[in-house]
Amino acid sequence: MSPDPPEVPPNAPRDSLGYAASSRSELPLPNDNSAQHEGPSAFRQAATLELRNVSKRYPGQHGDALKDLSFSVGAGEVCVLVGPSGSGKTTAMRLINRMIPLSSGDILLGGRSVLEIEPNELRREIGYCIQQIGLFPHLTVEDNIATVPHLLGWDKSRIGARVKELVDLIGLDAEIGKRYPAQLSGGQRQRVGVARALAADPPLMLMDEPFGAIDPINRARLQDEFLRLQERVRKTVVFVTHDIDEAIKMGDRIAILREGGKLAQYDTPSEILINPTDKFVSQFVGADRALKRLGLATLADIELLEPDGREGVAIQSDNRVQQSSTVLDALSAVVASGGRPLAVVDPDDHLKGVVTLELLGGVLRNGALPDEKHDGHPAPDPELAP
Amino acid sequence: MTFLLAAAPVIPNFGGTQSSFACERANRLFCPEWVSRNWSTVLWPALRQHIVLTLIAVVLGFVISTALALIAYSRGWFERPVLIVTSILYTIPSLALFELLVPIPGFGLSRTTAEVALVSYTLLILFRNTLTGLREVPPDVRDAAIGMGMGPVRSLLRVELPLALPAIIAGLRIATVTVISLATVAALIDNEGLGAPILTAISNEVFKTELIAAGGMAVALALAADGLLVLLQRRLTPWARAG
Amino acid sequence: MHNFTEAFKFIGRNGQIPGGPHVPTLVHLTLGTLKIAGIGVAVALVIALPVGLWLGHIHRGSFVAINLGNIWRALPSLAVLAIGVAFLGLGLGNVELALVVLAVPPVITNAYVAIDEVDRDVVDAARGMGMSGWEILRKVEVPLGIPLIFAGIRTAALFVVSTTTIAALTGYAGSLGDIINNESSYHLAGVLGAAICIAALALLVELVLALVQQALTPRGLKLAKAEDQSMALTPLAATDAV
Repeated sequence: MSPDPPEVPPNAPRDSLGYAASSRSELPLPNDNSAQHEGPSAFRQAATLELRNVSKRYPGQHGDALKDLSFSVGAGEVCVLVGPSGSGKTTAMRLINRMIPLSSGDILLGGRSVLEIEPNELRREIGYCIQQIGLFPHLTVEDNIATVPHLLGWDKSRIGARVKELVDLIGLDAEIGKRYPAQLSGGQRQRVGVARALAADPPLMLMDEPFGAIDPINRARLQDEFLRLQERVRKTVVFVTHDIDEAIKMGDRIAILREGGKLAQYDTPSEILINPTDKFVSQFVGADRALKRLGLATLADIELLEPDGREGVAIQSDNRVQQSSTVLDALSAVVASGGRPLAVVDPDDHLKGVVTLELLGGVLRNGALPDEKHDGHPAPDPELAP
Repeated sequence: MTFLLAAAPVIPNFGGTQSSFACERANRLFCPEWVSRNWSTVLWPALRQHIVLTLIAVVLGFVISTALALIAYSRGWFERPVLIVTSILYTIPSLALFELLVPIPGFGLSRTTAEVALVSYTLLILFRNTLTGLREVPPDVRDAAIGMGMGPVRSLLRVELPLALPAIIAGLRIATVTVISLATVAALIDNEGLGAPILTAISNEVFKTELIAAGGMAVALALAADGLLVLLQRRLTPWARAG
Repeated sequence: MHNFTEAFKFIGRNGQIPGGPHVPTLVHLTLGTLKIAGIGVAVALVIALPVGLWLGHIHRGSFVAINLGNIWRALPSLAVLAIGVAFLGLGLGNVELALVVLAVPPVITNAYVAIDEVDRDVVDAARGMGMSGWEILRKVEVPLGIPLIFAGIRTAALFVVSTTTIAALTGYAGSLGDIINNESSYHLAGVLGAAICIAALALLVELVLALVQQALTPRGLKLAKAEDQSMALTPLAATDAV
């Protein structure tokens, strides 16, 4: 029952694995794995997701949990649902995989309404990551990860290869496969949860505050790792969080919901920071949104001053900053150094340039910051989203 | 009705050599020769019957209470009536329950009567433990199972019941040991099991050796069964010891 | 059905055999059962409660307390009774000894667990407020531990009532078990009648103890507990459910 491979426009941009992030076509929802054709390390195409006039009202409660929510997520994009508690963001996410029934409206995955697909079948095609993770305590890490491939009836060798690949992908040692969740740290459990959600190579991932239960240091690390992962696998992801900073860091697009489940703004992070639609959004984003914008670009994105001898002083006193730091972090470092110039270095400690307060001031005065994230890949083109 | 313990000789199951006869005549605390002589005729059959009685009662009780627990798990209102009925059954002293079942047509003085009463005593503890075990499965684990596409049946079989195993086996331990203990009284109805030699031993005068032998075997059987079930639990729940 | 009708008639006759010699009445035997059981439970409580509560308070002796409970269950009461009678002869004291031996373990185990498992933070707060150890036990630990403590008492009481009836099999007279042991005289109707009385007696004892527990349980506990152990007809001992 394998579907035909989906149509792909001939000039579609391809990622590092040779996969086209085909965002426009109506992909039939693959109910069999492309991995069967291309081997366990293929990541199949991500699907588009569209919410159309989605409303949810709980019986016996006055007021809607969600009111007429509509937006689209392009294939391979990370869409972050963010808002205060009571804004319905988790509800919206759980409507997508039909853990909660829809009151009205429709949700289209790859062009197909989720209401037409049998719920269990649907869920096996969607990666599901919740805040408390919910690893099965009685199964080993391997068996946890293999859950959905098992359900789909993969054969043993393919499952084994896939599990191995995923453990490596999430950055853990192979021997962790035989351990039980009780023996893992919080961060390790979190990663296994992500691997489990990715196991059957789903075209869509739902993540509900996946890093919420982790301490801040490890949370930042996990966020970075997830972004690196997303670089490779390019899944369509719906990510729920209450933390606007996490939303800005993780999202290609952000949907801000207000209480009562209404969409306040749906835009790229920099658009939201530069042009919040109303007072609610600008307050939610925070008064420091201008500073937050500086977090969107790194020193690699701007032109640094040529080293001219001043850096000797800088390097001697150990005043250096990584090229991969955000402009915001660089500003912090410059301020911390009392306004002195800082040497900009790459991971191997090679000098790349100098940054000063005046340089950063000039960048800000010029207005537009390069609108980029994640090591210089361009943001998704708004024209491509259906 | 009880088995009329008819006028038995002072030294029951007697027959043997001179030296052991003296020991038994004097009704010393424990005469080993009597035990070895009567092992295959009296003690071993009693032990075998006791084990069979226990096994049937526990297995039946387990099947019934698991079914009841599964129903109560999905329909909460079912719990209370089941608890009330099984509690009442548990409260009724064994002697009374055995007797009350006797006049029921088809029961009488038989193994059936004994088994029905013994099964009744297992129901409360097995039902409660199974239900509690199922309910204590963390909600996020259940959410993950459903969210990943396991239907409710598969989730029950693959996730919820395995995680409820510790509580279920704890209940099995208690039920098994309780049945072994109560089955001694069942000999009144059924003349089977280790209770039979005990009752014989106290029929006229108390014959100490037989009493200690049979009583001791009952205790040993209970402890052995408990130990076996602990081992079973360790085997079935490797994750509980890890970490 | 006929048998049960006869049984109720037997009860109505206060346990007398029609056309037969005068035998101890049902009322007499019931009171006898209660007396024997009551003494056994009372003695057991006097011994076991202080020990269990104290061990729980100082958080010592868990190995003994828990394993005592496990071994207790394995002892067939008939065997224990019979051994007691075998060695000490028939007599109230000897029967009571066996009953006390059987009643002590559940009381100790439950009292121990009840006190041991009181929220350490609560005890800490009490100590921080200047309560002495004895005051903590009296005002904080015991009230919070009532449900489990009573679970043990009820288990023991039920067990003792049951075992008292079995005592008749060992030849000790004075309880309702006498009738069951003497079927030749009382016939099936009498035996059934006695069985019904025993069952009713046990349920009554359970009910009374449940009411006492309700009365003694602090109101705050009753409000907090969603699944209230005390409402259960027969809460089982602490070492049960896991």
